[in-house]
Amino acid sequence: MIEGFVALYIFMLAAFTGYEVISKVPVILHTPLMSGSNFIHGIVLVGTMVALGHAATPLEQLIGFVAVILAAGNAVGGYVVTERMLEMFKTSRGDK
Amino acid sequence: MGAVMTVINIAYFIAAILFIVGLKQMSSPTTARRGILWAGVGMVLATVVTFAHPELEGAVNYLLIVLGIAIGGGLAWWSGRKVAMTDMPQMIALYNGMGGGAAAGIGAIYLLQADPETASDVVLAIAVVGSLIGSVAFSGSMVAFAKLQGLMDKTVNFPAQQWVNLGVFVVTVLLGLSLALSGGDVSGPVLLLFFVLALAFGIMMTLPIGGADMPVVISLYNALTGLAVGFKGFVLDNPALMIAGVVVGAAGTLLTQLMAKAMNRKLSNVLFKQFGGGAGGAAEEVTGSLKPIEAPDAGIMMAFANKVIIVPGYGMAVAQAQHKIWELTQLLIQRDVAVKFAIHPVAGRMPGHMNVLLAEAGVPYDIIYDLDEINNEFKTADVAVVIGANDVVNPIARTDPDSPIYGMPILNADEAHNVIVIKRGRGAGVSGIENHLFYADNTRMLYGDGQKAASELIAAIKELG
Repeated sequence: MIEGFVALYIFMLAAFTGYEVISKVPVILHTPLMSGSNFIHGIVLVGTMVALGHAATPLEQLIGFVAVILAAGNAVGGYVVTERMLEMFKTSRGDK
Repeated sequence: MGAVMTVINIAYFIAAILFIVGLKQMSSPTTARRGILWAGVGMVLATVVTFAHPELEGAVNYLLIVLGIAIGGGLAWWSGRKVAMTDMPQMIALYNGMGGGAAAGIGAIYLLQADPETASDVVLAIAVVGSLIGSVAFSGSMVAFAKLQGLMDKTVNFPAQQWVNLGVFVVTVLLGLSLALSGGDVSGPVLLLFFVLALAFGIMMTLPIGGADMPVVISLYNALTGLAVGFKGFVLDNPALMIAGVVVGAAGTLLTQLMAKAMNRKLSNVLFKQFGGGAGGAAEEVTGSLKPIEAPDAGIMMAFANKVIIVPGYGMAVAQAQHKIWELTQLLIQRDVAVKFAIHPVAGRMPGHMNVLLAEAGVPYDIIYDLDEINNEFKTADVAVVIGANDVVNPIARTDPDSPIYGMPILNADEAHNVIVIKRGRGAGVSGIENHLFYADNTRMLYGDGQKAASELIAAIKELG
């Protein structure tokens, strides 16, 4: 169990980290970056797996199942789309 | 803590590091590709070890998990591969909404399972807040997706809309409060009503927002989903969710602010004031007339210029004209014309959208400039070619304080000696505001689909030999 204040510290440090990591990003990468961060919150998949994993009633299983589908879509879709966008940046540099 | 849990926690720890390093690398063009790869490795690692999580029990549940991942992942992989580059913004909205829905689902299960004996008020409250944010991000993103995909054409407005929305929000929060203070004795109907209203609020909040503001809204929902995921991490005691969610929440918030700033719009105005819906936009008078030009004349104008600045907008994306535009650019460069691209921060449907499309066509970085770098150069440009852009070159943003876009930094295309506007029809832009640039004395209108017009220009210049 993560103690309340430790959790609060994690929250604060993670928030600063997110802010700092993004602060010097060129405009050209805004869309891929939004897409990339969209992929990263696809980690919610892990949470839905645990939630469905200890679902006890059919209702909970149904909600959990839908949640796993949605989360897997978030993670996989986010990755594919980001990767495709960044791939184009590579070819354009190769041309130069 | 058992040995299995130790291994899982180490894997989560590594995943969290990979996410942060990946995000950092994604913020620079040279390392961006490696960045998404690292983050992907982290995601696979975290997902795989979770199968060994001691809280997973029951063969049926395992089966459902595998099935769910296969279905959701398969559909997303297929749709993500297939979608055209121009449709990226709505796909991001769609996938983001799914994440928000998943976070809300975790919250629903937690609240259903809450045990009055062990439930803590703080955790219940966090679960409720996370569920509220996740639900709003889910339904809001779906509306954003529908709007950008063209499934839903118009912004919806009705009298006292903001008050109705506020009312729904207040009731939702009150229901959430009663859930949080229930001490774990959660009532089914209240829970259901809470989720229904939270979803409804997400829809109602997004309905009145116009297309021009969509990028900011999608970015906001992206940040909200991150935050919701972070909260679910606290509920589930899962540090990987906590860190990844909150990092994205903070990064997304900053990204949203950068976008809103680029449009010179306050976030509160985006959300709570209808764009161009009021009295300002409609009744203004425009002097002058629209003066059409044919492609051959426009081609000659460009071929004998010293300096041409191309201003692409969403219209170029819709027409898939970026490849033709690059071909045109190469022809001009061969004739020793200096060609530069000027990208407004919010050109297209998302910041950086145009850069992605031009990169796809093969346009090198060093001739693409953003607003601050190039705005002083329009004065010395012989021709400014505006292709499919509208609001971002509307001089009214500088001159008319009553205009809804007043104060938005614009590209000063009107300062070029000649302006050629390639445009499909005579309508106004996404904001619905008349563009005074189109009526200016030095502006000529080249009507037609962007790709067709670019092809005609290429043919015209080739004929010159």
